[in-house]
Amino acid sequence: MVQNKTEILIKQIEETAGQLGDVQLMEICGTHTVSLFRTGVKSLLPANVHLISGPGCPVCVTSQGYIDEACELAGRPGMTICTYGDMVRVPGRVGSLEHLRARGAQVVVVYSPRDAVRYAASHPDREVVFLGVGFETTAPATAAAVLEAQREGLKNFSVLTAHKLVMPAMLAMLATGEMRVNGFLCPGHVSIVTGSEVYRPIVQVYARPCVVAGFEPEQLLRGILQLLRQLTQGRAEVENVYGVAVTPDGNPSAQRILEQVFEPADAVWRAMGTIPLSGLELRAAWSDFDARRRFGVIFGKDYDPPGCRCGEVIQGKTQPIECPLFARTCTPATPVGPCMVSSEGTCAAWYKYGRSGTDRAMFHNAGGSRR
Amino acid sequence: MNMDWTPGQAAGNDEVVIAHGGGGEQTRRLIAEHVLPKLGNALLAPLMDSAVLTVAAGRIAFTTDSFVVQPLVFPGGDIGRLAVCGTVNDLAVMGAVPQALSLALVLEEGLPFRMLDQVVDSIAAAAREAGVVVATGDTKVIERHRGDGMIITTAGIGVMREGMELSPRRIEPGDRVIVTGRIADHGLAVMSAREGLAFETELLSDVAPLGGLVEAICRAGADLKFMRDPTRGGLAGVVADLADDTGLSIELDEAAIPLSRAARHTAELLGLDPLSIANEGKVVAVAPAADADRLIDACRSHPLGREAAVIGRFTEAQPALVELITRSGGRRVVQRPYGEELPRIC
Repeated sequence: MVQNKTEILIKQIEETAGQLGDVQLMEICGTHTVSLFRTGVKSLLPANVHLISGPGCPVCVTSQGYIDEACELAGRPGMTICTYGDMVRVPGRVGSLEHLRARGAQVVVVYSPRDAVRYAASHPDREVVFLGVGFETTAPATAAAVLEAQREGLKNFSVLTAHKLVMPAMLAMLATGEMRVNGFLCPGHVSIVTGSEVYRPIVQVYARPCVVAGFEPEQLLRGILQLLRQLTQGRAEVENVYGVAVTPDGNPSAQRILEQVFEPADAVWRAMGTIPLSGLELRAAWSDFDARRRFGVIFGKDYDPPGCRCGEVIQGKTQPIECPLFARTCTPATPVGPCMVSSEGTCAAWYKYGRSGTDRAMFHNAGGSRR
Repeated sequence: MNMDWTPGQAAGNDEVVIAHGGGGEQTRRLIAEHVLPKLGNALLAPLMDSAVLTVAAGRIAFTTDSFVVQPLVFPGGDIGRLAVCGTVNDLAVMGAVPQALSLALVLEEGLPFRMLDQVVDSIAAAAREAGVVVATGDTKVIERHRGDGMIITTAGIGVMREGMELSPRRIEPGDRVIVTGRIADHGLAVMSAREGLAFETELLSDVAPLGGLVEAICRAGADLKFMRDPTRGGLAGVVADLADDTGLSIELDEAAIPLSRAARHTAELLGLDPLSIANEGKVVAVAPAADADRLIDACRSHPLGREAAVIGRFTEAQPALVELITRSGGRRVVQRPYGEELPRIC
């Protein structure tokens, strides 16, 4: 049954794409990137439909300066860093958190910021810093953790924030006027929080169709089909094929808690520089929980590791295979940039799942360095 | 289900102290009171420097493994059961009949005796189930904070079956890949109980001794070419190794790979690929297409192989890669995972 639905969608995509030339669609969600590969959907698309991964991997968009900042904190005595797993392998100037842990730093992988709060409560002798990264999807959980820490009167819990907002980054990319992208496959998880209406400016100002989709193969294909249909019909509208989870206005309680704890602030994105009001910082009322103020760390300068093109990859300007380091010096075992580290990184997905299952050339190119 | 103990919490005489590892009276008492009554057998009981075994003439398989799982007790098993099954299974998939194990316990100062007793009971039960004796052992105690409660190392020997020739070199295009049941349960069950990641799940570790299932497989009358238990690295690790070792490609059929709904959803939630998640009670086997049905029937005749399935085949496509034909009919590559799989951010 599922097979049939998928087959019908693929046929419709082929027919619609047949009326178009080369089409560039951008997904701005790491989970979309991984799902497109893992489910094999990418390999089913017609040759003229190109999916480009945008800045949707939370680890990848995090500036190198932040990684260095986190590593600096991890090296201080009495400090415990609690972090999502993806962050521990990102290389900084003095090694990754994984390396620092091997040298004695306390780095604890948590699945939710609340676990970091619990860790702080049960380890009163440690200063526990949670690395708050991610988009509108993870930020409400960080906000909830701060509220919980305050309720419990914890004095040893704080957050090193680098939370980001998706829309300002999309608009900043479009504002450069260099974007070849014809339409956006909008992120399912983020949209649950923000609502689909948040993409309105993209269709109004930049006339690029936006379709919100979920993560199952059928959802991905439906999203792509609707984007192609809009293009053939010369439309640019916000559509939502993920109506079971995403509403036009989003999740009001998540928005409320974000509003309560955070305020928008300028934020540095990897290789994209500072984007105005694209990040979230703790409001003054919560400054006791702000690791930056508490420990006086200074946000390091952003930089790309030499030769690394992650910055271009996350903006969809470069495909991983075009990076001279890809699959040669930069592999999941020896990552140079974050796009190879995070399981949601574009380079990691290309490397792990293959540009397309049938494309053996990529693996020829990679040669003997793969083992 | 979760272990209600963390290092440094026990008090009084109910815990392991450094003296228990000193080789003196305390060591003797520890073994006499907490080990021998549970594991005692004619080989172990004399407590000599070595056990002396009589085995059939022929080839002997010999293997070792260390176990550092956290938490020590997890849904569906514990470190003791794991330490027996891990080594027994490594012998079994080589085509050997497991005979005897050694058991080295490295205990952390402060480990409650009730935890030690629980684990040794579990070792005894698993050894009985696997039909092996614990023939020799050692106990050491390390200072607090130098180990996570307990580290176990087992080594094992088994007698090789006659006429078995398991080698990836014999694998040819067209041969089939078989897995004996649902994948990913063990890794997900352990993760569900881990500090900082605890989540509710119905999943239980599949940890089990595979000697009986392997016996059934070996008696199927199939031209068996290869067996391995897909532990760390999961199914992905085994098939990636097979592609490298044979120089052949493998085409896996995602829809055919046994995976429970719960495991699929849990892996999805954590952002992990079920193919890369550890198993402790499964066998991956390779045999010619003509023998596949026979092999599946043999597996299904055993309680641990009820859900056995043919999941893929070898092809000549070059370069040698593992490709997965996904449920939606797409294709993607399957690779050996890098080190530890980490849950994703969102």
